[in-house]
Amino acid sequence: MNSIAMKPAAKSAPIAAPFHLAGDGGVHRPVAPGHIVLRPERDALAAVAAPDRSFTGRARRWLKLNAHTIRAMLLGALAIGLFILAWHVVTVNRMTFYVRFLNVPSPEQVLESARTAFSTGAFLNHIYISCRRIFIGFALAAVVAVPLGLLMGRFQLLKEFVFPVSEVLRPIPAIAWVPMSIMLWPTNEESIVFITFLGSFFPILLNTLHGMANVDEVLVRAARCLGATERATFREVYFPAVLPQVFTGLTVGMGVAWVSLIAAEMISGQFGIGYFTWEAYSLVQYPDIALGMITIGVLGLASSFLIRIAGRAVTPWSRAK
Amino acid sequence: MAIPATAPARTGLIEVSDFNLAYDTLDGAVIAVSDADLVVNPGEFVSIIGPSGCGKSTLLNAVAGFLKPTSGIVTVDKEPVKGPSADRGMVFQQYSLFPWKTVRENVEFGLKMRGMGKSERAVAARTLLGLAGLSAFEDHYPDRLSGGMKQRVGIVRALATGPKVLLLDEPFGALDAQTRVIMQQILTNLWQRLGISVLFVTHDIDEAIFLSDRIYVMTARPGTIKAEVTVPLPRPRDAALQLSPEFVQLRADLGALIREESLKAMGGELNEDALKGLAVNLNGANLAEVV
Repeated sequence: MNSIAMKPAAKSAPIAAPFHLAGDGGVHRPVAPGHIVLRPERDALAAVAAPDRSFTGRARRWLKLNAHTIRAMLLGALAIGLFILAWHVVTVNRMTFYVRFLNVPSPEQVLESARTAFSTGAFLNHIYISCRRIFIGFALAAVVAVPLGLLMGRFQLLKEFVFPVSEVLRPIPAIAWVPMSIMLWPTNEESIVFITFLGSFFPILLNTLHGMANVDEVLVRAARCLGATERATFREVYFPAVLPQVFTGLTVGMGVAWVSLIAAEMISGQFGIGYFTWEAYSLVQYPDIALGMITIGVLGLASSFLIRIAGRAVTPWSRAK
Repeated sequence: MAIPATAPARTGLIEVSDFNLAYDTLDGAVIAVSDADLVVNPGEFVSIIGPSGCGKSTLLNAVAGFLKPTSGIVTVDKEPVKGPSADRGMVFQQYSLFPWKTVRENVEFGLKMRGMGKSERAVAARTLLGLAGLSAFEDHYPDRLSGGMKQRVGIVRALATGPKVLLLDEPFGALDAQTRVIMQQILTNLWQRLGISVLFVTHDIDEAIFLSDRIYVMTARPGTIKAEVTVPLPRPRDAALQLSPEFVQLRADLGALIREESLKAMGGELNEDALKGLAVNLNGANLAEVV
């Protein structure tokens, strides 16, 4: 056997092959077959420069780490700014090129009408009433569709019974329900809430069902052989497993709820932001049309955002790692 | 504490006899497992090896209570298996930790199902995680852990309720070779401490020899028991044992048995002669040109 030159750290290792320490650097010497050549140990931590813990050092690293987000925000702000600028240019100059901006209000006019609107209680009341309708319709849809989806996913028989009805009703747009809804419900308010309910019901139901179909069967087995009863399996496995998909359904459902609500309000409302927007057109208050539209957009965005926040709060395990 | 430090356990006798499993198709019944029987004595470590699709996991799942045989008897301590229960702990290849529960909540799960109080089961879970060297990770969600750590949690979770038998379905199949060797060592140590009966399914011959008291070899589908081997190696075992002549001999013997079945399982006309024929002499040409 050849001479063995082991470095101290490897002393305990019972390795039979001849050992050498790699010596003078520079030239690569071929390693003899069956020999193990150890490289001198290096302090990996020493290779990394000590971090600059001063305020400027931290600020610089923060900028570097968040550069992408900052860029996205700046670009977003720039795009919105350009959009408003273009809107200003085409409306102030009353441009027409097949599309006519003759009567379209300018950003300044809309801002002015927003000032007037917010100074009176009537506009805020429209917003309040729309939000209340959304809240009731959407909450009812969630309260009915989520449990129904969970049960249909768990019990095949129930699914086979209910699913065909749901599939027939689902393609009917909520707006097409307006006349029927007015006949069905004693008050106008109830019929509008019902239409909002219908709009969000199906996306929530379908997403919950889809989530149930994708629950990992091995997790169910794991729970069962740890002594989980049927009820406990439902609570501890199926329910948390479908939660992310349920929130996808809620987000989509919220979007459709707004679409349905505004349509219903435009046709049969007396209050609400959809009614406000349509009335503005009838009364030739053109800046109010844009104000109504922007308000609807902002409310829709805000409600989706709230659902996303809630979704993240109740599914902490799926948060970014 | 659910787990006794020493092993008085003379429970955990698994008996499977005349086990048949078939399922119906349009072309008639397909037999998955035919006339299999096996025994795991109390405190014994038994492995089942065989080619993929031979029904070894099916047998294990039947002992766990996830499926019922078409005919035959599965008992644990002479009690027929009727469905899954916390008496039979199971460890899965895909870890199957609950992603929405932290490491500690995963380990607590069986105790929670049994109705143990919150603080009591937290203490128990912490002790177990300490034994597994996972204390620092008790509040992590599983997806932050490496495969080896996940499976340590999986094993600890299955043991937390103090089951009579532990069933493992290729538990180290998804781990890299080095981690796998360490996990085998951890499992042997745990098993020796607990004196629990273990039924272990694997397709890794070395793993089966290293871990087991006895090994059942299964045939290709329809699967049945082809051979039974008592491993003659002394305990405690360590990695160096894999170089001993007994180990090498046993590995060669089992390897030959399984190779035969694997070729059958792969189907077609694949046999030793056909394999030789596959060694096409290309003479430097591209395979596409030759074909």
